[in-house]
Amino acid sequence: MRFIINFVRFWYDFIIGDDWVVAVGVVVALALAALLAHNGITAWWVMPIAVVLLLLASLWRATAKS
Amino acid sequence: MTTSAVVLVIATFLASAVEAVEALTVVLAVGITRGWRSPLIGAAAATLALAAVIASFGPALALIPLDVLRVVVGTLLLIFGLQWLRKAILRASGYKALRDEDALYEREIAEARAAGTAIRAGMDWYAFTLAFKGVFLEGLEVAFIVLTFGTTRGSIPLAALGAGLALALVAIVGAVVHRPLSRVPENTMKFSVGIMLSTFGIFWSGEGAGVDWPGQDLAILGILAFLTLVSLAFVAGLSRIHASRAALAAGAVGIGE
Repeated sequence: MRFIINFVRFWYDFIIGDDWVVAVGVVVALALAALLAHNGITAWWVMPIAVVLLLLASLWRATAKS
Repeated sequence: MTTSAVVLVIATFLASAVEAVEALTVVLAVGITRGWRSPLIGAAAATLALAAVIASFGPALALIPLDVLRVVVGTLLLIFGLQWLRKAILRASGYKALRDEDALYEREIAEARAAGTAIRAGMDWYAFTLAFKGVFLEGLEVAFIVLTFGTTRGSIPLAALGAGLALALVAIVGAVVHRPLSRVPENTMKFSVGIMLSTFGIFWSGEGAGVDWPGQDLAILGILAFLTLVSLAFVAGLSRIHASRAALAAGAVGIGE
């Protein structure tokens, strides 16, 4: 049991890291881009804008703590 | 060589160099305090284990349909890249301490000296395990980047070339100087790698999701320039806020005295 917990924790830290908001935000933004693209709407701007907003939110959270 | 191929080699080279410097610090500290044989065998065993990971997962990844692969790999690279970039921005603006290889080296040396010696079958297993763990854990990030970049670009050898050059360079310099490479501008390298991983992550995940990029592959350069400017602006803004907070805190201490 302890091995499984450590295993999951290792991969969580490895992939998700310090701020889970970034990971969730990336997935949501990608879903929005896919939705727009599949409905014939220009969607290339979604990911760059989402990344800037996510970075801003994540840095805000990190600096507010310190 | 196309633009994206050049960026691919540079990104794997820089990411691998950063991780190799961190692994080298551990191996050097263990080797100097407890002898070289066991940590070198540990480092070699970890390298073989990493090669086995790449050899077994590489062909499996190639079987996944390209669009699915681009969405999954692009998303992972973007999350991974933003982690690197976020930490590098926080370090560059003074909110997080810069990684100090010299301090890490001294700490590793003290721990290695304090640990008892248990030699079994001619091996110092403490030294072996420490070196194996250091090289394997740092190398896992390199393996991840090589595999994801390589399979999505359809060129694992090109990605492996960047990683191999970095590992060889760090190993040679480490063997010559026998000290941790504290003068390597580690945060600048992490900052650059974070931007590159995020750039490829945005491009591939978008492409896999059905987005048409203006200028196709050339959009990579546009995203790279955009992210660089945004990140530098974040560093400048946060540095200013950090400096004014520090000045306010110093003023408060002055008044208190």
